[in-house]
Amino acid sequence: MGVRVQREDFDIGTEVRHLTAGRVDVGAIVTFTGTVRVGNEGRDILGMTLEHYPGMTEGELARVEAEAASRWPLQASLIVHRYGALKPGDNIVLVVTASAHREAAFAAAEFLMDYLKTSAPFWKKELGADGKEHWVEARQSDGAAAERWKKAD
Amino acid sequence: MPLKIRYFAWVREKTGKAEEVLDLPAGVGTVAELVTWLKGLGPEYAEAFARADVIRAAIDQAHVKPGASLAGAREVAFFPPVTGG
Repeated sequence: MGVRVQREDFDIGTEVRHLTAGRVDVGAIVTFTGTVRVGNEGRDILGMTLEHYPGMTEGELARVEAEAASRWPLQASLIVHRYGALKPGDNIVLVVTASAHREAAFAAAEFLMDYLKTSAPFWKKELGADGKEHWVEARQSDGAAAERWKKAD
Repeated sequence: MPLKIRYFAWVREKTGKAEEVLDLPAGVGTVAELVTWLKGLGPEYAEAFARADVIRAAIDQAHVKPGASLAGAREVAFFPPVTGG
């Protein structure tokens, strides 16, 4: 289990190896990686800056991870989220879940992403190809995606 | 009661500061009351909190609703809806 907030890039293979090193009880590993798209909602972007709330960010990610661990039988999980200046194609976020079976690993990974998108205090500011900066607005679909996990209770 | 107030993203840009310590007057007991009071501090605050219904708040680094009490709070933060992930 773990959360990290960092400026540096991450390597998916390295993270998965570290997370599951020495474990023989894991039967399923799911990874999700979020990356910077060149075009967002019709705007071409040169890059973006991710701001966050140090302290609260780690706290919220840990809370979301603990919630996932209480809902599914996870042997291990990891959330890595970057901040700072990013370019199209760069990694933004990594979620890894490990469980005995794939159902829990898939579901927990999706849950972690849905929940962190609506609760972890990050804000994206895009630099458009036209030279203008623009704060990304929250999408209603993200709220709906997180909400459906509540209805399932 | 001195309270540390932090601003993030476009709320920070509009107020022109990332954080400050303010002495709250009597009668400011909730997050919503704090927003109303902040709006009166100057045009930059009025502008920052013009869309008060959009702005989210946290007390001591936990999300709260506008009606949340400030009693015992050490740090209050204001920010737009989050857009990470």
